[in-house]
Amino acid sequence: MNPIPVEAIQKAVGDARLQTAIYSSTARLIDKRRNAVDPFGWDEFQELRSQANAVKKHAIENLDHYLELLEKNVTARGGKVIWCRTASEAVQFITGLAKEKGVRRIVKSKSMTTEEIDLNEHLEREQIDVVETDLGEYILQLAKEKPYHIVAPALHKTRYDVADLFSDKLAVDREEDIERQTQIARRVLREKFLTADLGITGANFLIADSGAVVLVENEGNARLSSSAPRIQIAVAGFEKIIPRAQDLATFLKILGRSATGQPLTVYTSFLSGPRRPGEIDGPEEFYLVLVDNGRSKLLADENKRQSLYCIRCGACLNHCPVYRKIGGHNYPWVYSGPIGAIISPQFHGLTRDPWLPYASSLCGACAEVCPVKIDIPKVLLELRAGITQAKQREGAGAWERRGFRLFSFVMQRPRLYEFATTMASAFFPGERGKWLRTLPAILQLPPLRGWLSQRDLPPPAEESFRAQWRNRQRMRGRA
Amino acid sequence: MSKRVSLFVTCIVDQVFPHVGLAIADVLEGLGYQVEFPQSQTCCGQPAFNSGFWEDAKGVARHFLDTFEGSDYIVAASGSCTAMCGHHFADLFSGDAAMLERVHRLEARVFEFSRFLLEVAKVEDLGARFEHTVTYHDSCHALRELGIKAGPRRLLSKVKGLTLKEMDIAEECCGFGGTFSVKFPDVSGGMAKTKVDSIVKTGATHVVSIDSSCLMQLQGTILRAGLPLKTMHLAEVLASK
Repeated sequence: MNPIPVEAIQKAVGDARLQTAIYSSTARLIDKRRNAVDPFGWDEFQELRSQANAVKKHAIENLDHYLELLEKNVTARGGKVIWCRTASEAVQFITGLAKEKGVRRIVKSKSMTTEEIDLNEHLEREQIDVVETDLGEYILQLAKEKPYHIVAPALHKTRYDVADLFSDKLAVDREEDIERQTQIARRVLREKFLTADLGITGANFLIADSGAVVLVENEGNARLSSSAPRIQIAVAGFEKIIPRAQDLATFLKILGRSATGQPLTVYTSFLSGPRRPGEIDGPEEFYLVLVDNGRSKLLADENKRQSLYCIRCGACLNHCPVYRKIGGHNYPWVYSGPIGAIISPQFHGLTRDPWLPYASSLCGACAEVCPVKIDIPKVLLELRAGITQAKQREGAGAWERRGFRLFSFVMQRPRLYEFATTMASAFFPGERGKWLRTLPAILQLPPLRGWLSQRDLPPPAEESFRAQWRNRQRMRGRA
Repeated sequence: MSKRVSLFVTCIVDQVFPHVGLAIADVLEGLGYQVEFPQSQTCCGQPAFNSGFWEDAKGVARHFLDTFEGSDYIVAASGSCTAMCGHHFADLFSGDAAMLERVHRLEARVFEFSRFLLEVAKVEDLGARFEHTVTYHDSCHALRELGIKAGPRRLLSKVKGLTLKEMDIAEECCGFGGTFSVKFPDVSGGMAKTKVDSIVKTGATHVVSIDSSCLMQLQGTILRAGLPLKTMHLAEVLASK
């Protein structure tokens, strides 16, 4: 059971420069989303969300059927589907294939699933040159960091950070202009695209009825990664499945708008197998690596299964006041923000990071913007209930458990409640009505200490409402 | 139509902000309602529910249902506690048909204070006077679970002498979140500071909300920062003459 990373959180919250970077980037994404959603009108956008939710629900509840259909159609187009139960199965297949085919350089476009299985680390260990080609991911690869955000992986980096990084790692003059920085990356990456033997992409959607992998992006790097090299691999969690090509329109409408405030991203690419006879470009071989890596565990629970509907738009991160304070790297896994808080415990087990589902004020901003209507606060509550039970089985969290048992006992006994609160009030130090800045050491128990570390504390009222109410009714009786 | 209402003041108003409960009673009595305070009420059980102790929460919820069984209308001094009994009791007792029936009967009778005024009493102007510039803080559960957004603003707009100045982030969480505020004090405190900065920018002298727990968080932060702002429950504003 990992404890709350208190010091790392304090460091992030106390870092003014980082806070400005996170806050301004997410604020910009919030504004852009709002401007893209508003023209739809509230009702129409809600209708799209409901449709998307219904399609995902149907797809996830009929997963076996649609995955088989997908495999059939991918195979018919000359591709190969590789089923991987675990991360290491996926990694072994990809590294094995790369070695077998004599691959020396790989270009990759942005994929959270490959981050999830630590693919780059494994490929590098095999002495294969693997290059991230999404600008944000490329920056992070140079900085040797994991993504800070699902959609905007280098969200925490300012252009000054990037200037330092590029001049240090790429032996170029320090350049603070974003456009020129992009040109530097483009120059380096173009050469990599042209000399790569293998292209690896993720997948935004897997269309069962046509066997196509859909990629949504803005930089054109996913299209290049999937067309220039002679071998092509798409890596995807199986939950990316949608039943029909005609369902895609709904998702494209909501994904761009929710993620970056775009009606449609710049590129929407459809990968459907290798080059066919007579075609002049496209890869010679095409593989779709379908990853489970814990996903099937989520299917069992009717209430929490909706966690698999996620289309990785990142809107819940941008709108989450907790993410915006602690940032992406304080979450225990590559998936950060509210969606990370609900999927990580379900993948890794409830007791690995039992604090994570509690790192939320349950404000509900995430659920309000989720394009596929995942009820994130409800899943958080369910996870918390599961965690208290798991902790009890493991003999942990005894004090908190006793505390809530006492709470429940007292709250079901009004007289005891009144006696206890009157006693607490009578012995509470400090002047009535005057908020406290500190308390004597003996009262500095964790909850009070936590409160007082940030803000002043109101003392109990001299007389509770119920006491005042009784007096009031008595006076009225007399009058 | 019944003119009998039962107050559910919530434990935080009972213990820390009793004047809020009295203000609600004053406003309702001013409208001709017969206000009762069922003395056996305690808490809605939300702290236990939110912390994952559902069995403990169930006991408190049962006590709540017993306490308010005979009430025609229940008027609650908090959006968050209203959402607890109006939405989450059903989660607690899911699968228990007998309890769910009691819960659904309760759901139809429990109202957050501002909603009761607008939808049951059907009044907007309570004849209040409050000569200050205020800003309104949307508490998360009222906003997102109960859909309360325009109502409190409409009530404030009828208060004589009052000017409402909106924050740029009125809908952003204050960071309270119950035990979240003490489990993650740095994050909770940081969220409160962001919110208070936004309040200060409006130039308002008072921040108004329908949840005393948010106001406790904000007031504690305001005092720590030494700012001249005040927090007020909507009922206190509406009871001002």
